[in-house]
Amino acid sequence: MSSAGQRTEASGPAGMTGTTGTPAAPLRVTRSRRSTLWVGVVAIAVVAVLSYLPYLVHSGTTNLLVNFFILLTMASMWNLLAGYAGLVSVGQQAFVGLGAYFVLILASHGTNPFVAIPVATIICAVAGVPIWWLVSRLRSGYFAITMWVIASVCELIISQFSSLGGGTGTALPGLPVNPTLLIAYTYWATLAVTVAVLAVIYVILRSPLGLVLTAVRDDETGARSVGARVSRAQRFVFLVAAAGCGAAGTLYIISQQFVVPTAAFSVQWSAEMIFITIIGGIGTIEGPILGTIVFFVLQQTLSQYGTWYFIVLGLVAMAIAIWAPRGLWGLISDRLGVRLFPVGYWLWPAAEGVRPRRGLTLPRRG
Amino acid sequence: MNWVNAIIQGLLLGGLYALFACGLSLMFGVMKVINLAHGDLAVVAAYVALGLVAVTHTNTVSAVLHVPIGVSYALVVPIFALIGYVVQRTLLQASLNRGVLTTLLVTFGLSVVIENGLQQFLSANSHSLSIGSLVSDSFSVGSQITIAYLDLAILVVAVIVLLGLQYFLSSSKNGRLIRAVADDREAAQLAGVDYRHVFGIAAAIAFGTVALAGLAYGMYTQFTPTTGTDQLLLLFAFEAVVIGGLGSLWGTLAGGILLGVAQQIGAQIGSQDQFLVGQLLFLLVLVVRPQGITSRREAA
Repeated sequence: MSSAGQRTEASGPAGMTGTTGTPAAPLRVTRSRRSTLWVGVVAIAVVAVLSYLPYLVHSGTTNLLVNFFILLTMASMWNLLAGYAGLVSVGQQAFVGLGAYFVLILASHGTNPFVAIPVATIICAVAGVPIWWLVSRLRSGYFAITMWVIASVCELIISQFSSLGGGTGTALPGLPVNPTLLIAYTYWATLAVTVAVLAVIYVILRSPLGLVLTAVRDDETGARSVGARVSRAQRFVFLVAAAGCGAAGTLYIISQQFVVPTAAFSVQWSAEMIFITIIGGIGTIEGPILGTIVFFVLQQTLSQYGTWYFIVLGLVAMAIAIWAPRGLWGLISDRLGVRLFPVGYWLWPAAEGVRPRRGLTLPRRG
Repeated sequence: MNWVNAIIQGLLLGGLYALFACGLSLMFGVMKVINLAHGDLAVVAAYVALGLVAVTHTNTVSAVLHVPIGVSYALVVPIFALIGYVVQRTLLQASLNRGVLTTLLVTFGLSVVIENGLQQFLSANSHSLSIGSLVSDSFSVGSQITIAYLDLAILVVAVIVLLGLQYFLSSSKNGRLIRAVADDREAAQLAGVDYRHVFGIAAAIAFGTVALAGLAYGMYTQFTPTTGTDQLLLLFAFEAVVIGGLGSLWGTLAGGILLGVAQQIGAQIGSQDQFLVGQLLFLLVLVVRPQGITSRREAA
């Protein structure tokens, strides 16, 4: 996040200068409009403060933050999948549940649950390979609903194993006995996973693959027609999202210390991921972060009135999907021209001191 | 003999699934959209039927006007057809203008809002639609096979609905318009067809059949606000459509029946296996024959 301000000198498309003989207007290409060094510094400071938090606040607060980070992780993964790769899934709870149950299996064989987090995450990505083989031929609605079927199949299969608690659930063994220690460890693990997930998304989107994904986000058919290797990018993102949602599931079982198939594989997970991403702003890294904050504030203030907050969120998400498809972050960044994560490109005239008032903004798919 | 019974019960259950599936199939065929709120709409229909019976059988109303309970139930279908037309012309058309993915998200949001709304307003208690003694009446074939009149009636209704739909699509003016828009929307528009109105008609029919399916389900068993998700109604409807093959109403019937038979055979293997065997049949069809068992066309 800190290396954003670097400027690459480039002097127009080489072919053009060669054939016409007149030098094309020299261009500078940068990652952002202003130097975003300060964003990197702030990000590091925020992570540092957040890691020190268990020493400062009550365990109730850290518990809330654990739930916040789990939601943020899942929403960011759904955003990568749907917002960039164009794969709208209502079955990501398959991987949330699998992640939780892989931790349970490892822990019941004596592994420390915290050590099991990365292992279970990798197993989830591996489990994603045959699932991708099954669903990769499917498009839009077919893909979405078949993923839901797969989540349901995973739930039905897991419920058959009485050693995993069957349909009634079981407690997670092997956790630290001291409750203060347990909450602090859980919090640090969750924070680490969330930072890692955001960093992975950031790195992916700045890589050449990110260029393909941005092209798919804006126009999948167009991206295919100019030769972008869309299917390969989609497979990669699907596996990353499988791992990420699996990681969220591992944190879910550790924070609950208990797991039951109907909750771990609940379609509620998908509903939360989708509402957060749509409200925050699909197709941006910042969107899910903002969306999770909105979701969390509403949930915490309105939860005493039952599920009203969820009905309100659903209605707002539907309205935003239809009338403001770029979400809250889209509205903010259009007004202020702010991007916290510089993953795009800006073109400038090379002459020093010239600052275009509006940079090159990419068209969005509706 | 148990297995024969399982197959016969599965065949009857298939009628219910086919009834669920035909609205989903019609909307997918015409608008190219999968309505993720399909299962929840059926549950809403069952609740509306409950409400209508309660309203028309209060003392004041029944003193003036005697409404038989069957008429109260039947009223749900035209009400839902009207709702379908309105929802299609407003919410669904607005999201269709944005694209297929937006429509998926909006119908998913609708599903969640419906479930939580029902729970908030009507509590999580389970209900069923009262049909007197018909719910348990049955006749026996041989010594081991018992067929419930209700199950048979649902299968017959499913066949009648599919026959009617087939006749409507092939013979009526609106049916021809629907087929034209489904085949090639732009060409139909060039010929002067208002495709939005045609979409509305298709949605009205789809919602009407959803209401029928909801009524059948409410008579068949108990329902709660979250039945649409808990009992996987949407998934079964979708699986029936895919197993049978898109664009074929008879395929939908065949798909529903195959799914029902697979589930009943699963229930014979073990009480927990009922849903799993059905889902695995769906995944198998998806791998081996994604265009469905009856269709020769390429899958979408």
